Amino acid sequence: MSNKVIQAMYDDDDVLLKAVKETREANHHIEEVFTPFPVHGLEKAMGMKGTRIAIAAFIYGLTGLGFAIWMMNYMMIEDWPQNIGGKPNFSYVENMPAFVPIMFELTVFFAAHLMVITFYMRSKIWPFQKASNPDPRTTDDKFVMEVELSGNESELSDFLKKTGAIELKVADKA
Amino acid sequence: MYTFSGKLKTFSIALMILGALGMGYGFLTAPKTTEDIKEILHQEESHDVAQGDEHATTEVHASADSESHSAEAEQNHLEHVLHQLQNRPWAAYFVAAFFFLMIGVLVLVFYAIQWAAQAGWSIVLFRVMEGITAYILPGSILLFLFLLASGFHLNHIYVWMAEGTFDPTSENYDAIIDGKSWWLNTPSWLIRGFVYLFVYNIFRWLLRKNSIALDNSGDVKIYKKNFNLAVIFIVLYAILELFMSFDWLMSLDPHWYSQLYSFYVFASMMVSGITVIALVTIYLRKKGVLPFVNDKHIHDLGTYMFGFSIFWAYFWFDQFMLQWYANIPEDTAYFFPRLIGSYQLPFIGMLILNFVFPIFILMDKDSKKTPWFVIVTGLVILFGHYIDIFQLIYPATVGDNWSIGVPEIASLLFFLGVFIFTIFSSISKVPLHAKGNPFMKESEIYHG
Repeated sequence: MSNKVIQAMYDDDDVLLKAVKETREANHHIEEVFTPFPVHGLEKAMGMKGTRIAIAAFIYGLTGLGFAIWMMNYMMIEDWPQNIGGKPNFSYVENMPAFVPIMFELTVFFAAHLMVITFYMRSKIWPFQKASNPDPRTTDDKFVMEVELSGNESELSDFLKKTGAIELKVADKA
Repeated sequence: MYTFSGKLKTFSIALMILGALGMGYGFLTAPKTTEDIKEILHQEESHDVAQGDEHATTEVHASADSESHSAEAEQNHLEHVLHQLQNRPWAAYFVAAFFFLMIGVLVLVFYAIQWAAQAGWSIVLFRVMEGITAYILPGSILLFLFLLASGFHLNHIYVWMAEGTFDPTSENYDAIIDGKSWWLNTPSWLIRGFVYLFVYNIFRWLLRKNSIALDNSGDVKIYKKNFNLAVIFIVLYAILELFMSFDWLMSLDPHWYSQLYSFYVFASMMVSGITVIALVTIYLRKKGVLPFVNDKHIHDLGTYMFGFSIFWAYFWFDQFMLQWYANIPEDTAYFFPRLIGSYQLPFIGMLILNFVFPIFILMDKDSKKTPWFVIVTGLVILFGHYIDIFQLIYPATVGDNWSIGVPEIASLLFFLGVFIFTIFSSISKVPLHAKGNPFMKESEIYHG
């Protein structure tokens, strides 16, 4: 079966955005788009589903909050009650205001770090991972759109050229 | 162009009349002499006795102890309670006057920030914001009347204004307040109050005038002029607000101080101001007079409401925790009536209204885009911050004999009526589309 893709290169993000829209309207399947910087509105043009990282972040935050509550109770009340500033050291509730900054910090800490790790996992960027962009110039000032090649090659090439592509390359998709 | 509907006009005038009647009732029925107080306290005591035996025995104990007290001390106590109860209608007036005036002022600040930041998204809301700031003029007059009345000893709201506070020979002498008398004395206090209000009014007038002139000419010079005015106003406001909160609110407890206080008041009123912008915008959009306002604009206002609610809670907690931890008597005197005393319910309850509730309701993107979600949350936030101003003013002025009755509700109704009447008649005067603004196009096509 055809595992081939055409990699069309663009040199302007506005042209790319327009090309993405036209390609989708012409019922071609876009595999991936490589850009050197986030292009505003690209996910929407590609028809990608909204990110769910906000929900993940909320859950991570609650985890951090829960961890902080448990940790402060264990450290300051249960394991070794500490009398600081004469505050009642055998009661969690009456000591609670002192723990709020820690709860806040750990909520932020958990949400931020786990969000970054989740993002790396989802984007398949882990240590020793080889770069998967087809052309190193996409890290500089060029944009590449990968379109699935399912029918006539020259027809698709002509179409992509018309959308403003400056370079075309047929590649095997592993 | 929006026309002030007759129904809303009647409604606001009815609120004003109802409120004025209630306020008059509040002033007339306030106790006049210490004899009245004796009766009130006696009634409360007998009420307490009826409550339970255990309580009654402690009452008896207390009265046995107090026999050794001199009659003079008792008279002093009665006078103190009399002043507190006489304060009640004044304090209710002050809460409402301050709350609505600061909504107008903070909307002006938010508006000035939009100018100074050269923000593009909010231009379609400019006329709404300008309309709300129209309340600054009548609001200032109503509040200044209160300041004058306090300055001329018609009430006992500010304890440091009492006779003899700065006089070492008087029995009323207070060395701590005397140390602050270079700042905290009635004439300079009144002059400063006038300066704050004057600055708010003059900048409101100039910004509005230029904004309308920009519509007719589209001259970019006017745009630059307003930009400069907005920058100056933000700086001036930041300085004046600092001292305004000290003068009008913090000096209610003249022994107590907190450097965070002004930011706390600012945060509270900022979120109320943005909420009012959102509510008025949704109302006007429903009337079909804001064709360019879309869900994304509402979403952004919702985000501000969400953000400033957290900002407020941050200051609430900061101010509380430092003094709770340090546990210094003169600091904790402020928190005692609020945390343990009779103001516990509003003080803790407003945390749920102003922080927990908006955070969970407005966290999701979709709920910020749903108008009725924003309306419900907005009303809760406004109610919560009204309680916030209430608990800033009442413990020091009315004390433990507070309740929510005719004076409180009537003041709220009266000022709400004036507020609605002023802002909607101002909004109906000019076209709602600020067509001369160079960034208008950006705001019109703003979609998320």
